[in-house]
Amino acid sequence: MADWIKVGQLSDIPPLGARVVETAGGPVAVFRTADDQVFALHDTCPHKQGPLSEGMVHGRQVTCPLHNWVIDLPTGEALAPDRGRTACFAVKIEDGLVWLQKDEVLA
Amino acid sequence: MNMISSKKQRLVMVGNGMAGMRTIEELLARAPGLYDITVFGAEPHPNYNRIMLSSVLAGEKEVDDIVINPRAWYAENDIHLLTDEPVVTLDSEARTVTSVSGRITPYDKLILATGSKPLVPPIPGLDLPGVCTFRDIADVEQMISASQTHRRAVVIGGGLLGLEAAWGLKRRGMAVAVVHLMPTLMERQLDVTAGDLLQRDLDSRGIAFFTNGQTEEIYGSNRVEGVRLADGREIPADLVVVAIGIRPEITLAKQAGLDANRGIVVGDDMRTTDQHIYAVGECAEHRGKCFGLVAPLWDMGSVCADRLAGIEGKLFKTPELSTRLKITGIDVFSAGVLAAADESEDEVTYSDASAGIYKKLVIRDDKLVGAVLYGDVADGAWYFDLICQGSDVSAFRPGMIFGRAAAEPGKKPEDAVAALPDSAQICGCNGVSKGAILGCITEKKLCSLDEVRAHTKASASCGSCTPQVQQLLALATGSAVSEKTPAVCSCTERTHEEVRAAIVAQQLKSQDSVRQAMGWKTPDGCAKCRPALNYYLLCAWPDEYQDDSRSRFVNERVHANIQKDGTYSVVPRMWGGLTTASELRAIADVVDKFDIPTVKVTGGQRIDLLGVKKHDLPAVWADLNRAGMVSGHAYAKGLRTVKTCVGSEWCRFGTQDSTGLGVKLEKMMWGAWTPHKVKLAVSGCPRNCAESSIKDIGIVCVEAGYDILVGGNGGIELRGTEKLCQVTSEAEVMEYAGAYLQLYREEARYLDRTAHWMERVGLDYVKTRIVEDEANRQALHARFLFAQSFAQSDPWAERAAGRDAHEFTPMATVA
Repeated sequence: MADWIKVGQLSDIPPLGARVVETAGGPVAVFRTADDQVFALHDTCPHKQGPLSEGMVHGRQVTCPLHNWVIDLPTGEALAPDRGRTACFAVKIEDGLVWLQKDEVLA
Repeated sequence: MNMISSKKQRLVMVGNGMAGMRTIEELLARAPGLYDITVFGAEPHPNYNRIMLSSVLAGEKEVDDIVINPRAWYAENDIHLLTDEPVVTLDSEARTVTSVSGRITPYDKLILATGSKPLVPPIPGLDLPGVCTFRDIADVEQMISASQTHRRAVVIGGGLLGLEAAWGLKRRGMAVAVVHLMPTLMERQLDVTAGDLLQRDLDSRGIAFFTNGQTEEIYGSNRVEGVRLADGREIPADLVVVAIGIRPEITLAKQAGLDANRGIVVGDDMRTTDQHIYAVGECAEHRGKCFGLVAPLWDMGSVCADRLAGIEGKLFKTPELSTRLKITGIDVFSAGVLAAADESEDEVTYSDASAGIYKKLVIRDDKLVGAVLYGDVADGAWYFDLICQGSDVSAFRPGMIFGRAAAEPGKKPEDAVAALPDSAQICGCNGVSKGAILGCITEKKLCSLDEVRAHTKASASCGSCTPQVQQLLALATGSAVSEKTPAVCSCTERTHEEVRAAIVAQQLKSQDSVRQAMGWKTPDGCAKCRPALNYYLLCAWPDEYQDDSRSRFVNERVHANIQKDGTYSVVPRMWGGLTTASELRAIADVVDKFDIPTVKVTGGQRIDLLGVKKHDLPAVWADLNRAGMVSGHAYAKGLRTVKTCVGSEWCRFGTQDSTGLGVKLEKMMWGAWTPHKVKLAVSGCPRNCAESSIKDIGIVCVEAGYDILVGGNGGIELRGTEKLCQVTSEAEVMEYAGAYLQLYREEARYLDRTAHWMERVGLDYVKTRIVEDEANRQALHARFLFAQSFAQSDPWAERAAGRDAHEFTPMATVA
């Protein structure tokens, strides 16, 4: 069984924004879209490692603040395959609480 | 059988594309009603502009926009159009064609305008779902639909066609890789240097390249899953577009026994080896050459129409060809030979790699025989004309590589187009000559570019001839005209100006209401339009609109500049560049306390603390606040700095108190949001130590008063200021500068520097609004001060006191 860990409330994340969860495996960006969908990605752009959590969220994408790469939130893929992709993590919302999988984010 | 009996001759055309229909149009212009005309089209559409398919794919045009002859046009001209009805048999003995539904149609004259079919390599996997070519509307529709449901595309082919396909798919949001057999892109049109520059630019736009890549297999089980190259590399893909080239469609001609090699052999009169049958367009082979570009097709149509109308004389001549790539923002031009073949030919090159500009001219016997331009194609039309005319270039050869302005100083841009003969083709996409454009402008009294486009189609397709069309319009009407303005972003068709006008006129006060009223295609915009809308609303409704921090770039949201390692830089304001011992001590203490690695003096006379960790920002600001310092807005699209020299207080040349005036200007303007960053300078004398002449607003003090300079920029494109006026008092400087800044705030496009905006509207316009109209100047200044009454609050103090704390702390820590 996956070991889920609570990282905060949905309301901690601004709509169309993101917050960072610091982990031993590196920072994880938790994004919230306009329709309250939540996605979690490694907080590193595949291009030049920009902090995606500081980017602008639109639709289901985030635009990296450093060089405007657009990253797909559900898959973590940049619109450029040669630059690879950003790891994405399972995330769930229950009763307004945000959960990540411990094993995954610490790996 | 054709059931209508007629004494007229029967003209049948196989193919409903650009070359064929152009022939019909020309024929109707010469001899209306001479023939009963029947046209067979294999596609279900009326004639459309095939070369604009890449613009449809890129989302810049809709299918309806590229239709050349709508169905109503065929009806009006009594042309019997059969679409979705390919012809399958040609019987040249019986003079009939049979189409796919079994219909047999007799002809007296036949035009074969069958075009080309995509060239497809013999590799496994071509029939998998998700594999297509890039030739017709159906292909484009398949690509667009794939882009909505799938993410990764591979385009096979790095020529013109393949790159336009790749760019379109990229614009549609797909991850795109291009596989190209050769080591450099577009090797038939570009030399290695230009090809490399092109690859570099497309690479930076996020397209991946696999050059020297031989596709061995397209693999997948139920749908395409990827492409495997001969060297073992595998590229995953949900869509594969094969765009390696085209091959003339000659099946019918061969079946009927006409001479055909690569294409259907035609003479100089476009007749095939059967005297009743003509061939035009890509399917025709003239003197051993087939043409895949559009320009020669218009001439073929003209010659063929002559013959069908019974006019002899004009012959088709092998034309010079030029190429442009239809990728927004990438300028490529090529004509003639690509490189010197031997010692009798010279190459002249110009290269500025960091500016992305490369030019090469090939010269033989004092004549230009080839040109490759990358990054700056402004002189493409001139070079092309020199190649076509075979002009002697020895007189201006030394300056030629720098363009017409350098080679023939004193000549105006419109001189080139004025010197062209009326028959010269201006618009290659639509085959419109100079004479046709001028005639239409005069006859219909046209006075705008849009009208000329609507009536003649010139520059209505790829737009690369827009400057020449504008020059013709200027020649004909004696006044300059401007190009259609661009849309805000791909979320909308609306221009910045339309959006700004609607915000005020319709009292739109939220981003949602703007997007709704203006028909946005996306629910919450994108990283391009959101900051623009946020700014426009803030500017229009300074007392009502609530700034949306989620529509701010990170720097403006957290009030510091993000650096490449994710740390931030902090620049406190130093009014007019003045500081004190206690401020410097406080800065030194902050540097020690927070272990800030780098301290740097900036070009704008401030001190930059670099490498501050994000979570330290509020505490750093609190300490700086305590010493009386506020945000320097070094991160903002807003007022940055006012740079000053020491002026009359200390300098033996100083004429006025430039430092004091600089401080006053900065106190008036700080905190203002603007379309882009704004920098000021005040110099105490014309020696200009504060570098006023490259600032957005520069003041130069003189004995008689103050010169107000505007629209300068010391950035990528150096632009010196222009002099707005001279005034005699500090109070006037404040009013004029405030009014100028407000005019820029209210009328420029978001991300326009004052220099860009001035380039567009011109100094004269600004003068009429500010210098010559006192009431307007005062109103602008008053509106600026009103807006400032809401803007002048130190964002650092607010955040040091706890506002937006979530921006500076992690949500959680998982150990």
